[in-house]
Amino acid sequence: MTEEKHFVEIRHAKKSFGTLEVLKDINLTVERGQIVGIIGSSGSGKSTLLRAINDLDPLSGGEVWLDGVQVNKSLPHRQYEKHINAMRQQVGMVFQHFNLFPHLTVRDNVTMAPKLLKGISNDEAETLAREQLEHVGMLEKIDAFPSQLSGGQKQRVAIARALAMKPKLMLFDEATSALDPELVEEVNQVMKKLAEEHMTMIIVTHEMDFAASVCDRVLFMEKGVVVEEGPPEVIFKNPEKQRTREFLRKHIEGAA
Amino acid sequence: MGLDFTVVPGFMDIILLGALWTVAITVASAVLSFFGGIFFAVIALYTHWTVRLPFKAFEWLFMGTPLLLQLFLIYFGLVQIGIDLPAFVAGVVGLGLHFAVYNSELIQTAIIAVDKGQMEAARTLGLSRGEALRKVVIPQAVRDVIPPIGNNMIALLKDSALVSVIGVSELTLSAQRVIGKTYRPFEFYLVAAAVYYVINLCMEWVQRRIERRIALSR
Repeated sequence: MTEEKHFVEIRHAKKSFGTLEVLKDINLTVERGQIVGIIGSSGSGKSTLLRAINDLDPLSGGEVWLDGVQVNKSLPHRQYEKHINAMRQQVGMVFQHFNLFPHLTVRDNVTMAPKLLKGISNDEAETLAREQLEHVGMLEKIDAFPSQLSGGQKQRVAIARALAMKPKLMLFDEATSALDPELVEEVNQVMKKLAEEHMTMIIVTHEMDFAASVCDRVLFMEKGVVVEEGPPEVIFKNPEKQRTREFLRKHIEGAA
Repeated sequence: MGLDFTVVPGFMDIILLGALWTVAITVASAVLSFFGGIFFAVIALYTHWTVRLPFKAFEWLFMGTPLLLQLFLIYFGLVQIGIDLPAFVAGVVGLGLHFAVYNSELIQTAIIAVDKGQMEAARTLGLSRGEALRKVVIPQAVRDVIPPIGNNMIALLKDSALVSVIGVSELTLSAQRVIGKTYRPFEFYLVAAAVYYVINLCMEWVQRRIERRIALSR
């Protein structure tokens, strides 16, 4: 790279499903410790962009870099699998529908990957589980199964599971969209706590208030392009683009 | 001449020894059919066609022909190509593979039905596809088909009577031998039936225990 090194860098990201172009030449940089929000209506490509960062939805064109290493570099299949698994260990992801492993207890949800991939001992795993669950306020449910938890509790465990791999970067894909309104706040609190600890985060969200309160920068996407990006004060209070204003107005009407 | 059950106690040792063999062959075949079923399901779903197609032919052989014929093939047929299996082993292999194919069908459907978010969540943590299958997808798929697999295992118990034809002294053959000595077919076939029924009840009890244990983890 010729220019200065960014922590996360997406260059000319393109993605099509058949003839449908979902991402059209997207560029994005995120610095260490920054929190970037991505907003936009359904089908704008925001989730696809997020999922391209850990290659869950591979790009059709363009590059993704994390901490100086290209995530989607071209390698023979076997080597690529090794490379991508190593990259993914550094990137935590939280899904809209939690995706906790229902056949495992809360403890095992958190420790399964570190035990398998980092070979930590049972004692270390127990300490790790307690530490991570304490962090999200779920320690008392350590022996429960996911089916015994509320949505908000599930999502907090899912966050603990991701953090247990000690990621450099956390991706949130509409982490609170599937929750009952009264359960949203407990998850937001956990995310705010991570923000205070300077975790680098990229957050796809429909919650404008939350984005405004935690994000350093917000991107508004529509039809596969970034329409506008800037600090939340500008994007939410005084956006430059007409499209951004229309989206926010509709969103506020919709929410009210 | 009417029924006379007074002859039964004198031959119960032979009957119970036969029952022991039936339990042994059922348990061994059940274990083989369970792990074989998982293995076959993974082959059917995740391997290259050069592996998958020959496997399909093998699967057809086991689903499309009588179990009795399969047992003859394994016990009497394989000898000709130098594979001389003891009758018990031939019985376990025949029953085990036969039911593995049926279990595999169940497990394949269940694997496909596991929410794809499960695989995604495992992959984002850094697990390889194989690790994700082993740790996340397959345990859930198997858990979902425990009840129908349990039904297959009860069918397996009943079909284990077929291995009497290759000379395994299991319950049915033991009853026949006792009948040969006593000329009391009605009494001893009824006794054998009762013993099968008791084994069956035990299997259902085990199945219920397993189902109760996994009920929480859904």
